[in-house]
Amino acid sequence: MSQKTIRFIITRQADTSSAPYKEEFEIPYRENMNVISALMELRRNPVNSSGTNSTPITWDMSCLEEVCGACSMVINGKPRQSCTALIDQLEQPIRLEPMRTFPVIRDLMVDRTRMFESLKKVKAWIPIDGTYDLGPGPRMPESKRQWAYELSKCMTCGVCLEACPNVNSKSPFIGPAPLSQVRLFNAHPTGEMNRGERLETLMGDGGLTNCGNSQNCVQACPKGIPLTTSIAALNRDTTLQSFRNFFGSDNNI
Amino acid sequence: MAGNREFMYRKLHSLLGVIPVGIFLIVHFVVNYYAVYGVESYNSAVQFMENLPFRYLLEIFVIFLPLLFHAIYGLYIAFQAKHNTSTYGYFRNWMFRLQRWTGVITVIFLAWHVWETRVQAALGATVDFNMMANIVANPFILAFYIVGIVAATFHFANGLWAFFVTWGITVTPRSQVISTYLTLGIFVALTFVGVRAILAFI
Repeated sequence: MSQKTIRFIITRQADTSSAPYKEEFEIPYRENMNVISALMELRRNPVNSSGTNSTPITWDMSCLEEVCGACSMVINGKPRQSCTALIDQLEQPIRLEPMRTFPVIRDLMVDRTRMFESLKKVKAWIPIDGTYDLGPGPRMPESKRQWAYELSKCMTCGVCLEACPNVNSKSPFIGPAPLSQVRLFNAHPTGEMNRGERLETLMGDGGLTNCGNSQNCVQACPKGIPLTTSIAALNRDTTLQSFRNFFGSDNNI
Repeated sequence: MAGNREFMYRKLHSLLGVIPVGIFLIVHFVVNYYAVYGVESYNSAVQFMENLPFRYLLEIFVIFLPLLFHAIYGLYIAFQAKHNTSTYGYFRNWMFRLQRWTGVITVIFLAWHVWETRVQAALGATVDFNMMANIVANPFILAFYIVGIVAATFHFANGLWAFFVTWGITVTPRSQVISTYLTLGIFVALTFVGVRAILAFI
């Protein structure tokens, strides 16, 4: 009786500087597996398809419910989270690769530091610390809160950067995710008080104008964030900001 | 302002593609269309354009300088992209790729076109119906001209779409879809005017 199996072709590499290679694996089929549970199975018994002992595959993960963004990898050609990539819905052999837009640490694990650096750069937070209690902030209209909430779903997973043709080693572009965060924090009634500062950063090198409108990001985003709407809205905001800067305005903050 | 240079260059690049380069493209094609009405009409239209007051100033500031900036900075932008339409075969990603391809084709075509017409005129040649008829008598050159015209009209129409996004005019997905249809119409109309005019020289 032949047993049903799951086949994998995994792109591996030993460390950041070594050359990538492909290795094939086969594991017994079980119902309701996701890519992560399959990788865990391979970790228990790291033997490749030709029966040779191999090393356990390295990957990144945390929440296992598609809210942390850590387990992103390229699955059958498309970047997505491996926790929500269900084996029963994938074409076999399942091809797993790291997201090459980022430095590969080992196997499927990448270093997304650049995204967190970008969030720091654009000040993707609301400064409320002070030496005394400032009291409650201004209220936010409910209609605005609803669309801003969609932007807050970003989990810095890196899929939009991987899909963007303008995020690469030849370009300084920071990518769609941090741009949309500027729109989120500028939409907040308290965050708005630092609006100008965030827009200025986006108007700097590697900023907003590096977008070439391929609009892959909005198609690729696993959380359905309207990234291209954010980009276009910020295009308007930075255009007006540049007018305020050049011609002068009392509304410049 | 030093830190903002890229922002300014990019916005300027987008603007110059429409005003004045895009406007010039339309004027150029419309004047060319006189060829459809016959040799006499075309020659008198060319003479009218040649005898415009402040001709050299207009040529330098409305055509050559904006076009050169748009072309050179555009090449820099075009070769920065790492195309991925094989993985992400979406409509807009294809437009992104075609925008860069047609830009490069247009630069190559224009270098040839300006050499053959404007530079030759400066060297003493007469620009008239016969000049163009001689040029496109070669079927390969005619094909090259048609490719150049279509590349230019596509690049202008799709660039106009991108201009609306880049300057923050079309923000919602719906407005961007409507402007896709609008610019598609502009592409078809301008391509007709351009190709019909060049075919009049055969």
